[in-house]
This record gives sequence, structure tokens and C-alpha cells, in this order.
Amino acid sequence: MKKYLLKRLGMSLVTLWAVVTITFILMHSVPGNPFAQEGKMPKAVYDNLQAKYGLDKPYTEQYAIYLKNLLKGDFGDSMKSRVETVNDMIERGFPVSARLGLQALVIALCFGPALGALAALYQNKIPDYISMIIAIIGISVPSFIMGTILIQFLARNVGWLPIAGWGTWQHTLLPSFAMALMPMATMARLMRSSMLEVLGQDYIKTAKSKGITKPAVILKHAVRNAILPVISILGTTISNLIVGSFVIEKIFGIPGLGRFFVQSIYNRDYTLIMGTTIFYAAILIIMLLLVDIAYMLIDPRIKLTKEGR
Amino acid sequence: MSKKLLVLMSLLLVVAIVITGCSTPKPEETPSETPTKGKKILRTNNSSEPGSLDPALAQGTHESWVLENTFEGLMKYDADGKVIPGMAESYKLSEDNLTYTFKIRQDAIWSDGNPVTAHDFEFSWKRALDPNLGAFYAFQLYYIKGAEEYNSTLKPGTYPDPEDDTKTITNPIEPSELEGLDTNGKSEEEINEMVYQKRLAAALENLKIKALDDYTLEVTLVTPTGYFPDLTAFYTYFPVSKTVVEANPEWAKEPETHVSNGPFKLVSWEHNATIDLEKSETYYDTASIKLDGIHFDIIEDENTAWQKYEGGEYDILATLPQAVAAQMAQEKNPELTIGAQVGTYYYNLNNEIKPFTNVKVRKGLAMTLDRQTIVEKIAQGGQIAATGVVPLGLVDETGKEYRETVGSLLDYNVEEGKKLFEEGLQEEGMTIEDFNNSNFVILYNTLEAHKKIAQAAQEMWRSALGINLGLENVEFQVKLDREKAGDFTISRAGWNGDYSDPMTMLDLWWSGSSFNDANYNNPEYDRLILETKATADQTVRFNNMRAAEKILMEDMPVVPIYFYTQPYAVKPNVTGIHKLPLFYPTLAYADIQ
Repeated sequence: MKKYLLKRLGMSLVTLWAVVTITFILMHSVPGNPFAQEGKMPKAVYDNLQAKYGLDKPYTEQYAIYLKNLLKGDFGDSMKSRVETVNDMIERGFPVSARLGLQALVIALCFGPALGALAALYQNKIPDYISMIIAIIGISVPSFIMGTILIQFLARNVGWLPIAGWGTWQHTLLPSFAMALMPMATMARLMRSSMLEVLGQDYIKTAKSKGITKPAVILKHAVRNAILPVISILGTTISNLIVGSFVIEKIFGIPGLGRFFVQSIYNRDYTLIMGTTIFYAAILIIMLLLVDIAYMLIDPRIKLTKEGR
Repeated sequence: MSKKLLVLMSLLLVVAIVITGCSTPKPEETPSETPTKGKKILRTNNSSEPGSLDPALAQGTHESWVLENTFEGLMKYDADGKVIPGMAESYKLSEDNLTYTFKIRQDAIWSDGNPVTAHDFEFSWKRALDPNLGAFYAFQLYYIKGAEEYNSTLKPGTYPDPEDDTKTITNPIEPSELEGLDTNGKSEEEINEMVYQKRLAAALENLKIKALDDYTLEVTLVTPTGYFPDLTAFYTYFPVSKTVVEANPEWAKEPETHVSNGPFKLVSWEHNATIDLEKSETYYDTASIKLDGIHFDIIEDENTAWQKYEGGEYDILATLPQAVAAQMAQEKNPELTIGAQVGTYYYNLNNEIKPFTNVKVRKGLAMTLDRQTIVEKIAQGGQIAATGVVPLGLVDETGKEYRETVGSLLDYNVEEGKKLFEEGLQEEGMTIEDFNNSNFVILYNTLEAHKKIAQAAQEMWRSALGINLGLENVEFQVKLDREKAGDFTISRAGWNGDYSDPMTMLDLWWSGSSFNDANYNNPEYDRLILETKATADQTVRFNNMRAAEKILMEDMPVVPIYFYTQPYAVKPNVTGIHKLPLFYPTLAYADIQ
């Protein structure tokens, strides 16, 4: 187990390095630059800006400087903001996005698997149809439409919740809900199909024939096995949710991290592109590792001991 | 076992919370609706986060809308839009029209209580031009003698060529530059730095900005520039406090250390969320300021901002979704104002690609575009069909609207246009078929509004001239790159003027301009532009500019489509908001009933 973890950790560092390098190369090979804009730009001004951000150096040198700073945990200055460094932006934006993401995760976890299990238990009956309709809506309606609809009905028409902005817990409800729908629906569908599969297994029949009560069979035997696919997507789901969503943050005017993923690319804000990408990659790697560990512990079929292999 | 599962799941959650939560101060509880408490707080939305609230570093309306309320230049615009003395109480112009002597008012006070002096202005302008500050808008100060030279000072050394990464550029050291420097035992890098400092000092010596005493500022210009006093009302010319900036270079980052000289001062700035301004007690003219403060949300989504305006959370909204503006205009909603703007939306024709090399082809294209239909049926935001390249909102030497006295230089005449176009093609030895086989496209950056106009133009040209043009949308940065490289045939462009003179537009197309993407080159046009720049005689200037615009519209290197406007909405209980053509709606003189 320890050896496995160490190996995984080593691999994670290599992966991160690869992410840094590939992003660096890709970023510099797309057209455009952080200071381009429609309009006049005297050469002197452009040169001064290039020099200020070290872009007048050869790429290899820029890369070496970047790696050196990165090892110190310094993501550098944003090329669009003179107020905040990339570290500042992540430190300020991430807690906001993470709070929304975790709330969304809780909503999705509370309802997604439950809806899926319910659908499977009442296959082809009314509860099944209802849950699957919800799931289809959740998957197929884009979050910007859902967000706008929620604002219109719950905030504008009845005035229960604030329209947009950030500050109080009320501000977090609509965006969390809008964000939760998609993962919730995905979980419901996964849960439904794996539950159906599990319910047809021999050991369920055995358990039933042994006279165990229905709730006990479902909770102890069926759900436990059926939930595994849901857990396997949890790593990516959590990472995606906690780093924030560009669309949701834009619609609800939320000062989170999600917007920077897209904006930094439009702006060719090189340091911010690198910072957000590396940060996201690190979170994803950690989450995937945690999920693998969780999987290992829950599912007796996955063994990492010598005999298991 | 399901207990174990639960434990694991919660563990996962806890880990996630710990990762996200350890470095994080809880988001401050700042309600977005500022409690007004009987105070007059004007609430609005600034559509994106300012990159800085330091005037020298500002580069767009998302910064200037806040800065214009917190700072004041030597001159300012009054409630009627006239340029009047601001921080200056008066100014004198020398006989040769080159040297301005500004008298600074004695009751001008910074928000930290110290007086605003001529030294602050000298310091601020020199700072904005310092190449090491990397100020984007430094070129706005190039009117001043020695400014461009100082801002262009180069450090000796070898750099990759920005135009071509495989090449390098060397900036050598002249032997004479080493005189008087002790280079013994110094590394090459150290010597480069020493020479650079020497160059900077020499350039600074020649930069003609000088505080003669605490309240007198003398500035000498390169060429006579009649609108220079107006320019000092522009944000790059705003002063910063010398003492504050020298003591703390990071002063502009936090409200606590932010010091300004305008009618309002910065009291809070939650990044990407809100900005709050409070009436400044140290401002010399507090009597004409009715508001107690201004609250800006920072919400990028136009539709969300509109919903907040409709929900009564804003008093004014300066950027409206296009569909909303169109509907309000149709309903004649009294809350809507179609604000004047100095800007032109146009298509570049690549003057170096056949058959666009032919003037008849270019004129034929321009003549067969129905601009009126484009603004009425497609753009629908109150835009005005272009009648030249110089937009509305600029006055001539007699104080009359330039555009109106010049009249229309663009015709809509399908028959004549078709004739010209066909003649032009023939002169180039091409047929309509050849043209259509060339797969020319209209290039635009991805945006619904640009797409609709490109589709309309495509169809208008198809039905009038029988030509087929493709449409190609690319990301904004890609479009800029391709325009600079000349890799386009027709491309969408737009320009909003930054000073109140037709030159702000005409300057774009002389052969040395950095924004002449159409690659237009006419020596006569160049001569008129350069001559206009070199004289202060308004009659000569305007005669030249009128002649230049006429030549431009005869040669038609670019096809003007419409003049920009800025529709904005104001609640009925708010008074005193108006819009000057070059600016966002002015908030400082507003009042809430």
C-alpha cells in the first residue's frame, strides 16, 4: 500500500510536469499575444510591455524562469491585472468556487443516487419515469439556460432569492442548484443502470430467499455494489465542481475561479493560463488518487497486494 | 460495510473541504445591495473588473468609468459637456503655440489632505512615460516634446525579434555611451544596465514637463495641438500623488492606500464583485456634487445586469443587451437614451490583394451596401448609417458638427455600384466567375452581432453584384493576428475615438499608422495628415482633414458601415446623467430624487 502510494505520488509529479510543459508549448503556439487589441499600438509601448513581463526573452529561457518560480510556488503576475498576481486570483477565487462546488456536490450526492436507485426499484413505473425525466432535463438543458430560468422565476418573479452577486448564503443557492443538476443527473443514470444490474444478481436472490427484509437487502447488498460507478466518477466531478464553472459564474456574477479558465485564454494572459491549468491539474490528480484509494478500500475485488495481481 | 462506505464518502468530502478551506478566509459578508441608510448612493454595474485603478495604467472604459469619478485632470468636462479648468485654474499658450503654462488651483487637495501641486503632475506624466512602468496608454502623452523618445528608450542587448522568433535583434552600445562610466570588472549585463540608466537619464532630461513652482506647470509640445487642453481631461493625464506613490508603489491596489483628487474616493474594492466610492470631503467643489457615493457591481453578463436593473437594483445601466435596446427603442421607453459616441464600424478591404487593388472594385462594394437597412433591421441598437469615416460627435473650426457640414461621402446606388464593380474587375482581367472561384471571405471575430451584419453584407453583395463571398468567424486574437499579417480579403473592424478631433479617426489610415490593416497607401493622403498634425491653424487643419476624408472615400480602402452609439437606461427618479461622445455616461453630477 505504502509503495503503491509513493509510486502514485511520483507519477503525479511527472504528470504535473508534463501538463506544465505541454501547456507552455501550446499556449505560445496559438496566434495572438496578451497585449494585442483593435487599435493603435506604437512599437515602443509594445516593446516595453514585452520587456516588463519577460516576453522578450527566448522561449527556453522563459520556460526555465517559469519552472524556477513554480518550484517556489510563484505563479507570476497576471498580464491583464496590475492589482492581483495569479496567486492572489487563485487564493481569492478558489474558496468562492469551492464553496459553490461543494454545495452543488452535496445536492447532487443527496438526490442523484437516490433518484437512480428509486428508478431502478420501480423500473418502468411512474417513479422511474419521473426520475429519468429529471435526469434527462439535467443532462440536456445547458447550465446557462437553467441559470437564466432560475433567475427569472425564483429571483425576478417571486423575489425569494437575490438575482445575482455574491455575499450572503442566499446568493449561493441558485448557482449551486444550477451547477448540481448536471452531475446529479449523471449520477442518477449511472446509479439506475448499475442498480438494475445488481438487482438481477444471484446474491440478491440468495439474500432475498434467506428472508432478509427488503430494505436491508437494498441498503446492505444492492446499493453498496451499485454505487461503485458513481464513486468512480466522483474524482472528476468534485474537481470540476470545486474549481468553478465559467458559465455559472458569469451569469450569476460570482467572483470565483471558474471564469479565469476561459478568460485567460481569450486574453492570452499567459501566466494566468499556466496558473489555472496547473492548479486544476493538481486538484484533479489529488482527487483521482483519493478516489482510487476509496475504491480500493470499498471494493474487495480490487487488490493491490502481490496475490491480487 | 455500508457504514464504511459512508465513512469513506464523508472522508472524501472532508478532504475536499480541507483542501479548499485551509488557506481561505471566509468570503466577506458584503451584501450586494449597499444599504443606503438615507444616503444618496447611485447604484450601477461596471461590466468588467478594472485591471488597475492607477490612472497611468488604465486602458479602457472598465477602468476609466471609475477613475473619471475619483480623479480630475488639469481640465475637466462640466455638466454641459464643455471643457473647463479643473485642477488648473487657468493656462497660457506661448506665441509659437507650443508651450502651455498651467496655473494649478491652490484649493486642490488630495483625499489624504495634502495639496495637489505642479510637482505631482510632473511626476505623474513622467511616470506614465517611464518605459519600465509598461503603461499601455503611454502614447497618449506623445504630444509632449521628448515623450516618445523617453518611452522608446532601449536597453542594450540582444533580443528575439517580436516579428519573427527565429531571428534576433541587437541593440548595440555606441562607444561614446561608455564615456564616463566605470566599466572595470563589470559583467556585460551590468554594463548594459549602466548604459540603459544613462540613456534614460538623458531622455528624461529632454522631456519637456516641468514644475516651475508648486503651482505652475510648463509643458512643451512637439507640434501645435489645439486640443491639448482637452486631452488633459483624459485619464492617462490624471495626476497621482508623488508622496504617496513614492512611499508605496502598491498604493493603487487597496482602498486604504488609494489616494485621489476627484469628487469621489475609493472606499472598497471586492475584486470581481463590487467597488464603492464615497463623496470626497477634500474636493474643492463639493457643492456641485449631490451624491453621497457610487456603488458599482462588477457583473460581466449583460443579461444578468439587465435583470438587476429591471429588478430595481440599479439606477443606471450603461451596457444593454442588444435585444433589450432594440425593444426599448421600439417602445419609445423613456428610460432609454441613445447616447452619442465617437466611433465607426467598418470593413477593411485588403488593398494588396487582387481585385481589391482596384479602386472601382472597392467603390462598387461600398456603393452596393444598404447601410440604412443594416442599422434599422439588423444592428437595431440605435446605430447610425455611416456617411463617411469620421463619425458624429466631433465639431469643426466653426463649432459646428463636422459630419453635418461635410455631408455624406457615401452613396447607396446599386446600378452605379454594379457598373463600377464590373469595370474594375475587367480592368484587373477578372470575371465574376473568377471572383467567385477565388473563395474570398468576410472575416469577423466570433460575436452574434458581427455575424448578422456579415450575413447581411454577404447577401446584399450577392444580390447586387452576383458575387459569392464566404463567411469566416475566428476568435478575436486570431483575427488581429491575421489582419496584421495581411492574411484576409475583407475583415470587420471598429474604432472608437479617444480625443475630440476628426484626426482621431483619420490618423488610422496614413501609411505609417499601426492600425492601417487595409494597407492603404496614398502619398497625398499622408501629406495632408502629416501637415495637419504639424499646424495649429484650425482653418488649415480642418480644410486638410476634409480634403483627406474626401480622398479616403474616393479611394475607399475601407468600407464604413455604421457610427456607434451607446444606448443606456436610467431610472426616472435619477437626474443629471448625460453622455459626452467620448465618454461613458457621466455620473458625478447625478442626483436621486
